[in-house]
Amino acid sequence: MLEIRNLHAWYGESHVLHGVDMEVPEGRVVSLLGRNGAGKTTTMRALMGLMGRTKGEIRFGGADLLRLRPDQIARKGIALCPEDRAIFPSLSVTENLFLPPVVAKGGMSVERIYELFPNIRERGSSRGTQLSGGEQQMLAIARILRTGARVLLLDEPTEGLAPVIVQQIARTIAEIKALGFTIILVEQNAHFVEGLADIHYLIENGVIVDRLEGSEFAAKIDRVDRLLAV
Amino acid sequence: MPFDLNLNLILGQMVLGLVNGVFYAILSLGLAIIFGLLGVINFAHGVFFMLGAFLAYMLGATLGIGYWGSLLIAPVLVGLIGIVVEVLLIRRLYKIDHLYGLLLTLGLALAIEGLIRIVFGQQGVPYPIPPSLRGAVDIGFMLLPLYRVWVVVAGIVLCLATWFVIERTPLGAKLRAATDNPAMVQAFGINVPVMLTLTYAAGVALAGVGGVMAAPVMTIDPAMGTNIVIVVFAVVVIGGMGSIFGSIVTGLGLGLLEGLAKATFPSASSTVIFVAMVIILVLRPRGLFGKMA
Repeated sequence: MLEIRNLHAWYGESHVLHGVDMEVPEGRVVSLLGRNGAGKTTTMRALMGLMGRTKGEIRFGGADLLRLRPDQIARKGIALCPEDRAIFPSLSVTENLFLPPVVAKGGMSVERIYELFPNIRERGSSRGTQLSGGEQQMLAIARILRTGARVLLLDEPTEGLAPVIVQQIARTIAEIKALGFTIILVEQNAHFVEGLADIHYLIENGVIVDRLEGSEFAAKIDRVDRLLAV
Repeated sequence: MPFDLNLNLILGQMVLGLVNGVFYAILSLGLAIIFGLLGVINFAHGVFFMLGAFLAYMLGATLGIGYWGSLLIAPVLVGLIGIVVEVLLIRRLYKIDHLYGLLLTLGLALAIEGLIRIVFGQQGVPYPIPPSLRGAVDIGFMLLPLYRVWVVVAGIVLCLATWFVIERTPLGAKLRAATDNPAMVQAFGINVPVMLTLTYAAGVALAGVGGVMAAPVMTIDPAMGTNIVIVVFAVVVIGGMGSIFGSIVTGLGLGLLEGLAKATFPSASSTVIFVAMVIILVLRPRGLFGKMA
C-alpha cells in the first residue's frame, strides 16, 4: 500500500498541492484524473522526490518518501514514466532501454519487452528522439518494466498520440496490470482509464475532490467529463 | 626572414607540435567531461595538471617511486584532491550561474599555485626521462626522442579509451544521460551526486596523468598549469564546449597547427591558436563539434 497524506507542494512561491490524500493498494491500478494544472504531474513528481518544497507524508514500504532522495525512492521499487517521456537524446534506443538500473528481482525480461514492443528491438541503434511519439511512449514504459519496480507512475501516457497508438498503450497497461504491478495512471481522458483502473481519484486545484470505485465509474462518467472539460 | 619552407623542419615541428597537441587533448577532454556533466568551467584544471607533475616529482624525491609508479599513483592522488574540492566547494554552485563556478575554480587555481610556489619556490624542478624511454627513433626526416613517441602514443590511446568509455559503454550512457537530464537519471535510481563527484575526480585525474607525462619534457614549475590551461580553453572553445570528440580532434589538430606555425612563422606560433579561436567563434560560435544550444 502506498499512502499519500495531506501532501502539499510548491513551485517556488506558488502553492500547487493543497493537501492531497490518496491510497494506492498493492497490485491495483489507480487513476488520477484532472484538468491541466490541477496538480496531477506535481503529485507524481512529489512521489519521486522531484519537487523542491513539499509537506505532508507519503508512506511506502515503511518509509516516508518525502524524506528520501529520488534515487532512494527508485531503489524502493517505484518508477516514473514522465509526461514528457524523458527519452535521452544523446542515447540510442537500446541505451535508453538499459539506462535505469535493476532495483529488484522480477523485472520484465528483455525478450518479453521486445515481444511487447517489437519496434524497440528493430530501432535499437537509432537515437531515442528519432522515434515517433508513440514509439517513444512505448520505450518510456518499457524502460521502467525492466527495473523490477513494482509501483509504476504513468503520467499521461496517451497525451498527443494517435487513437490506434492509444489503444495499443491501453492493451499494454492491461497486460502489465495482469502481471500484478501497482500502477498510478495520470490522465485527462476519462474514457481511457474507464476499463483499466480499479480506483479513480479526481483532483482539482491541488486537492482530491472525489474518489470513485471502478464499478461506479461508468455511471458517473458524465460528471467526470464535466470536471475534466476545459 | 619570417617564412622558412624547409619541409623537414616543418614536419619535425609538426611532430613536436603533436606532442603538445596530446597534452591539449588530454586536458581539454577532462574539461569537456566536467563541463558537460557538471556545467562547471573548471579553471583549476591547469593546476591539477601541475599537481600531477609535482606529485610525480615528490613521489620520486621522497619515496623513490619512479616514473611508472608515479604515472599510476599521482593521478589517483589528484583525483582524491578533486573529490575533496568537489564535495567541499564545487557542489555548492551547481544550482547557480556557471560564472560562479568559473570564479571559484579560478580562485582555487591561484590559491593552489601560490601554495606550491611557497613550498617549491618560483624556479622549476627537474624530472628525468625514465631509463626505458631514453634514446631516439629515426623517423626519416628527424630523430624523434623515444619519450615523445611514448607521449604521443599513450596520450592518443588514453584519449580514445576515454572516448570509448563515454560513447560506447553503459557507464558512459549514464554520464551522457545525466548531462541531458540529471533529475530524471536520479529518479531512475542512479546516485547522481556521487556520479558528479566521481566525474570531477576522473576529469582532474586525467589532467594529473597529463602532468606526469609532461614532467620529463616540460619544466615543472608552479605556473606550468596556468600557462597551458589558457591554450586548452581555446581548444575547448574551438572544439565545442562539452564535446568529447571535438576536444580530442581539436587538441591534436591545434598542436599540429602550432608546430606548423613554429616552422613557418615562429613569431606567430604562440598566437595562432587564439587567432583560430577568434575565426571559429565568428564563423561557428558553437565550435567545430559543438551542438546547437
